[in-house]
Amino acid sequence: MNIYVLLKRTFDTEEKIAINDGRIEEEGAEFIINPYDEYAVEEAINLRDEHGGEVTVVTIGEEESEKQLRTALAMGADKAVLINTEDDLEDGDQYTTVKILEAFFEDKEADIILAGNVAIDEASGQVGPRLAERLDIPYVTTITSISVDGETVQIERDVEGDVEKVETSLPLLVTCQQGLNEPRYPSLPGIMKAKKKPLEELELDDLDLDEDDVEAKTKTVDIFLPPEKEAGKVLEGEIDDQVKELVSLLRNEAKVL
Amino acid sequence: MGKRMLVIGESREGALRNVTFEAIAAAKQISPDGEVVGVLCGEGDLAEQGNEMIYYGADRVITVSDEKLKTYTSEGYGQAIKAVIDDESPEGIVMGHTAVGKDLTPKLASKLETGLISDVTEVSSEGGNIIFTRPIYSGKAFEKKMITDGIVFATIRPNNIASLDRDDSRTGEVTTKDVDIADLRTIIKDIIRKGSEGVDLSESKVIVAGGRGVKSAEGFEPLEELAEVLGGAVGASRGACDAGYCDYSLQIGQTGKVVTPDLYIAAGISGAIQHLAGMSNSKVIVAINKDPEANIFNVADYGIVGDLFEVVPKLIEEIKQIKVNA
Repeated sequence: MNIYVLLKRTFDTEEKIAINDGRIEEEGAEFIINPYDEYAVEEAINLRDEHGGEVTVVTIGEEESEKQLRTALAMGADKAVLINTEDDLEDGDQYTTVKILEAFFEDKEADIILAGNVAIDEASGQVGPRLAERLDIPYVTTITSISVDGETVQIERDVEGDVEKVETSLPLLVTCQQGLNEPRYPSLPGIMKAKKKPLEELELDDLDLDEDDVEAKTKTVDIFLPPEKEAGKVLEGEIDDQVKELVSLLRNEAKVL
Repeated sequence: MGKRMLVIGESREGALRNVTFEAIAAAKQISPDGEVVGVLCGEGDLAEQGNEMIYYGADRVITVSDEKLKTYTSEGYGQAIKAVIDDESPEGIVMGHTAVGKDLTPKLASKLETGLISDVTEVSSEGGNIIFTRPIYSGKAFEKKMITDGIVFATIRPNNIASLDRDDSRTGEVTTKDVDIADLRTIIKDIIRKGSEGVDLSESKVIVAGGRGVKSAEGFEPLEELAEVLGGAVGASRGACDAGYCDYSLQIGQTGKVVTPDLYIAAGISGAIQHLAGMSNSKVIVAINKDPEANIFNVADYGIVGDLFEVVPKLIEEIKQIKVNA
């Protein structure tokens, strides 16, 4: 099977967020593989081990993204591709990303493309379905189980807590939800091997694209932190009195009862 | 004349979801003098649901009914709605940021080669531009975005933009459109409904949520009673779901549902970042936890340090009291 994974390097949102000059301050922050993309990498490796073939991990980003690609290779992916937009693009949106991926996948004959269902930084969840539409292949989002038998694919997906059982066929794009698997940690031999695995670097030019072809359709005009919440009121006294006070506050101050 | 707006309605078990009405209100904020055209897909006669959209502010509604649209699939709905878009040439599209909205709208935006601003919590107008506010970085920051090219396309987070008051004296045309739906490559074999009977968690105005501190499935009973007294729904942290105290359909957080009720009562929940990402934008948060150092107190408006099994029953009694007196 010809298996691809779309991977994004993201800010670890467990970190404290600060804003500098209208942008999220990245200085000194931790960067990780988007956690939902880790499920995609894990599932891709499992599919390859079961059905044979090759796993290629693809990311769009800057030089620094090599680190996350190497991690995916250390987990067991076979090849990585970095589409480096550092010199070409200031800003992009999901339209931009998918334009680039569409050009990349044009001649790839992918059997299955796996992605996270959402990235924890910008959280739009658009790239997977958008790409499938451009490639004219079916897609299934938020999957929690997948099995492939020939061309037929059986999937379970999470729909707001309900389980939907879906039958579809290859070629296919899926986006991964928590519960699909437990992503492995790279082993030491894995990390050593990853250093020698192929990592190809492409620029827009290599995909016959220029800046204008991928110009974003949206723009961010401001980024701000939520208004500092006033310290909450932790009630005191006997529990009976606290409960009475709470109900009174919810009724008269917060006006939600 | 303002822009013509298309609002994609969504129903669940035969009734329109509230977010549909909120989407109509959002469309009117985007284009105050424009025409709001509702679109509904499904099977059978959808006229009643169409009229409901009109009572909530739509000017007219187009319904597409077909056996292949009985359950949602991106392919089926995508074809039906694309056909309506081709007829209507809207200048804007709004839909709820629900499981269906998240699955369908990127496909439509990609088909139309337009931008799409997802998970919007506020619409405003600044200097002649329509500005959309949306949470990013697990709700720890917000961004303001605008469309720079093409139609205005957005999904809105349930429970954030107030719907208009229902007015059943409003009238408008509800028409049907026939669309020849091609065979689907994706077939839904079965849907297993889990819990969430009655009140829809993501649309509920009051949520009582339990965490590991609830200790067992039976431990959820007082929370269920409190939710019932308040006319709300029960939710849970991932910890409680992982421990098997309740079904994953109740999970609130980054991987579960994102909720913004008027009142969120967290009982026995420590307040991990993944959980906060799903509820920290609730309007009023109450925390009940034995541990005074629990992170949940940092986002709570009101906190009680104590055993939930002591506090919750007393809270139920107190609320019953005021309801009787009211």
